[in-house]
Amino acid sequence: MHDLLTGTFFWIALGICLTGMLVRFVLYFKGLSWQLDRVAYRAHPKAGLKGAVRSIYKWLIPFGTRGWQTQPFITLAFFGFHLGAVFVPLFLMGHVFFVEEKLGISLFTLSAAAGDVLSWTALAAGSLLLIRRLVLPEVRILTTWKDIMILGLSMAPFATGLLARYQVGDYGFWLNMHILCGEVLLVAIPFTKLSHVFLFFASRAQLGMDFGIKRGGMKGTKMAW
Amino acid sequence: MPEGIYCNKQTVDTPEGVNKLLSDTSGNTYYQEMEVLDVDTDLLWKTIQNTCKSRIRTWLEICAHCGMCADSCFLYEVNGKNPKQVPAYKIQSTLGEIIKRKGKVDNALMRHAMRVAWAECSCCNRCGMYCPHGIDTGIMFGYLRGLLYNQGFVPWELKIGAGMHRAYRAQMDVTDEDFVDTFEWMVEEYEDDYPGLTVPVDKQGADIMYTVNAREVKHYPEDLAEAAILFHLAGESWTVPSKGWEQTSLAMFAGDWAACKMQVESVYEAMERLTPKRMVGTECGHAHRATVIEGPYWAGRKDGQPPAPSIHYVEWLAEALNTGRLRVDPSKRIKELVTLQDSCNYIRNHGLKRATRDIMSHIVEPGFFIEMAPNKEHNYCCGGGGGFNGIGKFRKERNIALIKKRDQILETGAKLVIAPCHNCWDAIRDLEEEYEIGIRWSFLKPLLIKMLVIPDHLKPEE
Ligand code: SF4
Ligand code: SF4
Ligand code: SF4
Repeated sequence: MHDLLTGTFFWIALGICLTGMLVRFVLYFKGLSWQLDRVAYRAHPKAGLKGAVRSIYKWLIPFGTRGWQTQPFITLAFFGFHLGAVFVPLFLMGHVFFVEEKLGISLFTLSAAAGDVLSWTALAAGSLLLIRRLVLPEVRILTTWKDIMILGLSMAPFATGLLARYQVGDYGFWLNMHILCGEVLLVAIPFTKLSHVFLFFASRAQLGMDFGIKRGGMKGTKMAW
Repeated sequence: MPEGIYCNKQTVDTPEGVNKLLSDTSGNTYYQEMEVLDVDTDLLWKTIQNTCKSRIRTWLEICAHCGMCADSCFLYEVNGKNPKQVPAYKIQSTLGEIIKRKGKVDNALMRHAMRVAWAECSCCNRCGMYCPHGIDTGIMFGYLRGLLYNQGFVPWELKIGAGMHRAYRAQMDVTDEDFVDTFEWMVEEYEDDYPGLTVPVDKQGADIMYTVNAREVKHYPEDLAEAAILFHLAGESWTVPSKGWEQTSLAMFAGDWAACKMQVESVYEAMERLTPKRMVGTECGHAHRATVIEGPYWAGRKDGQPPAPSIHYVEWLAEALNTGRLRVDPSKRIKELVTLQDSCNYIRNHGLKRATRDIMSHIVEPGFFIEMAPNKEHNYCCGGGGGFNGIGKFRKERNIALIKKRDQILETGAKLVIAPCHNCWDAIRDLEEEYEIGIRWSFLKPLLIKMLVIPDHLKPEE
């Protein structure tokens, strides 16, 4: 079982994830239309690029935008969750060794302690996001069962990973569950709302170009995100 | 396919057609007919497949349902934070639903979508600035309006408005002759006070081609004279086109894109005919948006720019004041608390926040200008944007929408509100009528005229 999960399944999941992301990313930008979107993307590449970069980087900084500033609770929960979701899978020692063995790429590694802190934070923040979904009427009205599933799916690798790490019960079982959850997540990325992990950059870039080219950028006004 | 006599999928292209619609008082029969109007589901789905591409589809798909856009929408706030007014919910329960059902929707859903598209969103684009994914719900509502217009589900007044543009190339039944006559007549009224004041019609190669809002011609013609006076005092070489003088676009509010194209092309033709160095538009936000920001795309101009560089009135005025071509007599500056309405259409959608503040620094005694909170790009819609002001059926909802601006103004303590946008001006007038908070409101032109220093050579002989 373990061999299958870390062998064939791993390759399939990674393949689907990467190909899917690439295809969707390319399709997104190919599908942009200067006339339908009413943004002259090609005519003003410099203004567009400036707007796009600014729109992305401002939103990647905690409290970097008015939107984040006005809603500190979700900002903390959001960054708490996403910090873990980005750093742990990529840089936790176990993962790095695994990737090195499989792909021959070696990355910077997080200490085990940092991994623990990030994982626990992600679980806590994820739970807060879930509670927020259920408690606030303005978020509850938007919430569908898919949203809950996706959130659950994103938290599962952390939960199983921690269970394995603390050897609660059978280590091998939790490790396999952990790997399985991770792989399901990889496969789900291109096909579900999880596609936001890369489409976020696409969508933000588009609106950034819109503001950079059309809505004031060329008048010298930086959009006050 | 039951189509009403008034409410149907046909466009209104002639003065007779417009008059016929107008004869239906308040659109009573129109709205009755709408209740049984058929949805052409094939057409709807085909249109969506042809026009709903990457951007909007991705927006609908990746919306995280996080609700961060909720508080950004003034309509959500003034309607008691009703979750049904969360931008993401509004668009998903309308456009999202139509797409999910592949266009197979019934009359009831279309009428619901119409209500949401015109009474629950003023297309102010504020929510787009607060969504982490960069989802601009206002843009999607603009798109939805186009789909609804195509199927005949559009508020009566806006069907008329779009028809006016088709029939007259103006938002009202103002003909080219009416325009030129009114402008000349108004200028004559002021000739004695400003010797040499004229309206140069159709002058080739002027520095400025001036365009207006048809409402000025019809309802406040002094505005035309005031514009002439200010150009005259600034020593501008200017002209107005006898054709293509109307800058507004109710068709844009209606979602009638073909009419938008016709309207804006009439202005562009004037630019091409008269080859001015620049175009200056009047104090109107949506007119600027229609002609300068969105217009080039309707007209198929790949660089997204009008044929001649085009600026909003506040940009021209700021420039004339900054360069000293117009000078304000310091003793006549405004010496009472005054606040400024930032029009979404040229502030949030065109970045002109500096020009308006430059103007304030010239015309208001230091210490008397009070900013609204929030302001600039973050300012709220006046409450009447996107056509909301003009729709009788949604008057009650519009009046609630005005509450945000009312409270923002009250908070400043100012009794005078400067509103360099026709639509905002109307909304602020209506909010005073509705809520009586004791304020006055003004365009820039009449204020300026009272405080300018008139150069000696332009003074009337004693
Ligand atoms: S803020 Fe953006 S992602 Fe969140 S619910 Fe609103 S539209 Fe969707
Ligand atoms: S565009 Fe303005 S009115 Fe419409 S949903 Fe967004 S914030 Fe609300
Ligand atoms: S009327 Fe003025 S404030 Fe209201 S949406 Fe239009 S520009 Fe914005």
